[in-house]
Amino acid sequence: MLIKNNLPAEDTYVTVADDAPLPDGAVVVSLKRFRAERSDLLARNQKLGIVLDSDQSPEALGSDLDRLSLVVLEFPKFRDGRPFSWARILRTRLKFTGEIRARGDFLYDQIAFLKRVGVDAFELPPSITPELFARALTEMTNVYQPSADGRTTIVAMR
Amino acid sequence: MYRYDEFDARFVAERTEQFRFQVQRRLNGELTEDQFKPLRLMNGLYLQLHAYMLRIAVPYGTLSARQLRKLAEIARKYDKGYGHFTTRQNMQFNWPKLKDVPDILAELATVEMHCIQTSGNCIRNVTADHFAGAAADEIEDPRPVAELIRQWSSLHPEFSFLPRKFKIAVIAAPHDRAALRYHDAAVEIVKNDEGRTGYRVWVGGGMGRTPYLAYVVGDFVEKPDLLGFLEAIMRVYNENGRRDNIFKARIKILAHSIGEDEMRERVLREFQEIKTSGYLQVPDEERARIAAYFAPPDFERLTDEALPTDGDLGRWIVNNVTPHKQPGYAVATISLKPIGGVPGDISADQLDAVAQLMDDFGLTEIRASHEQNLVLPHVRQKDLPAVFARLQVLGLATPNAGLITDIICCPGLDYCDLANARSIPVAQEIAKRFADLDRQEDIGELKIKMSGCINACGHHHAGHIGILGVDKKGVEYYQLLLGGSAAEDASIGEIMGPGFGEHEIADAVERVVDVYLKLRRPGERFLDTYRRLGMEPFKNVAYGEQLHAAH
Repeated sequence: MLIKNNLPAEDTYVTVADDAPLPDGAVVVSLKRFRAERSDLLARNQKLGIVLDSDQSPEALGSDLDRLSLVVLEFPKFRDGRPFSWARILRTRLKFTGEIRARGDFLYDQIAFLKRVGVDAFELPPSITPELFARALTEMTNVYQPSADGRTTIVAMR
Repeated sequence: MYRYDEFDARFVAERTEQFRFQVQRRLNGELTEDQFKPLRLMNGLYLQLHAYMLRIAVPYGTLSARQLRKLAEIARKYDKGYGHFTTRQNMQFNWPKLKDVPDILAELATVEMHCIQTSGNCIRNVTADHFAGAAADEIEDPRPVAELIRQWSSLHPEFSFLPRKFKIAVIAAPHDRAALRYHDAAVEIVKNDEGRTGYRVWVGGGMGRTPYLAYVVGDFVEKPDLLGFLEAIMRVYNENGRRDNIFKARIKILAHSIGEDEMRERVLREFQEIKTSGYLQVPDEERARIAAYFAPPDFERLTDEALPTDGDLGRWIVNNVTPHKQPGYAVATISLKPIGGVPGDISADQLDAVAQLMDDFGLTEIRASHEQNLVLPHVRQKDLPAVFARLQVLGLATPNAGLITDIICCPGLDYCDLANARSIPVAQEIAKRFADLDRQEDIGELKIKMSGCINACGHHHAGHIGILGVDKKGVEYYQLLLGGSAAEDASIGEIMGPGFGEHEIADAVERVVDVYLKLRRPGERFLDTYRRLGMEPFKNVAYGEQLHAAH
């Protein structure tokens, strides 16, 4: 199930394998395919998303980032914490305003962290219901450190 | 000492409930052990050989009497009546039950304690000089900086799933009592040429399988910039640290493979951006607010006394008491290394009694040191005889601080799932061998550090004499290392050669020490003599008659 901006949402993107033909409409492709077919993909004038593996920094996208409406951060396993920095860099350094989506092996217990670093969409596994998702965001009321979510920190509230 | 405000208190209370939910899901089978493991580790809960082990955070080693009493209560109620101080100034309990852990956390929260980030691949509980606020040589108390780092690193959203653990230490004196250069990152409070106080930031130290000493990555970081600078280091590490091999995942491997120049460049690039955006500047008021909690106690106007140097009291004063910056006061080390005891262990009754002693002598805080001892930082010199007498009754007056029997030792194979060999019995045997106090004092400063496996929790790389337990086909062997230091003259010990058997290692240590006594020049510590002469004269005698040194 897709959760976007804290609510269940319809997924309007189709993720397309590297060797599959492109359907009409919004698609998500790998960084590899994007590089190989860059001009064709941009010329479609449809919403475009790319998937970043956990070892692919969004900085590699350069100014092409402006042409993307979605970046999917893939968690190969939940212990791999690089996507947290990728999301943060996308929001804070690269000023990306499109959708950042978490996909793959992430845990309930990582949702609040992901939200803080700038992820606004989640492809939830069946074990995480929308109710649980909402609960994850209420566990810790306040935060000590600034992040991409712009929340007021404890230091600022004192 | 630091006191929680409403925000800190709520944070710890909610963290406790968060963990309770995690335990509940584990017990219900909703979380696999594989999923639960990093979650429980982030809250200090290990699965050991025989049971769970809970590691309680003692930020920068500072404790109040009230907190000691709570630890005593937990030791009695949920454990076997004792606890263990670790080389990171924390306290471990070895026998809690999983179902009890949330309740233990709730009890800890009532005295402003927790287990947050005492384990796991995150920024660990921060350590500091155990003489902070008392040492005559410090520029300022390092603990406000440590507290600032503690708060910033608590449940950091970006850096809670790092390639590997990340340990930070803070000192503010030229004499390093916190093993600065063996940390992933370290903050040294310094004054620049203009007399302004700021931070020298180190990166890339560590022990374990591949020991490295940290190097300087920030020569002089201005006070408001510290967290921004640390965040820059963390981001470089989170992005670039190796995740393909757990043994190469610490920042020391990254730091020493890309080298100082490249590391500086990457950190500075990140830091400049963070600084420009301005979001992680620490305002003066916040630093002042935290520092106020660490204001020195109201010292009486006293003058220095002539302290006894003979008899049992004199010995304890000579070995365990250190000068204080305030006239008429002293810093007293309570050794947790009784001859034949378990280094770092303390019973519930002793914890309670030390708390009572603190109350009776007006001592508001106590420290745990990375050398697994306790420190009373502000004792009136005129109270020293009475304090000593009380400690004697408690079995806590061993006058061996800094001497050869003041051994750092990990729990080893008696408790630990990772260990290859037992370490406690070996430490005990060596301590018994050198029990004679005249001999110990003649030998002088000699730091023995012992680990039961290459993970080096017992800091063997940094021992003047280091001992490493290894397993060879099911038999425990012990390697000897010489010449390590965790102080300001930091160095990594050199392995002597083949390992020694369980019943040979104490003999080998004794032979090495005897060679030192024979060859030393006046005023030379063991470490100095080793540095002057090298391994050869020690190696020549260490193996004695043993001709089987083929391990």
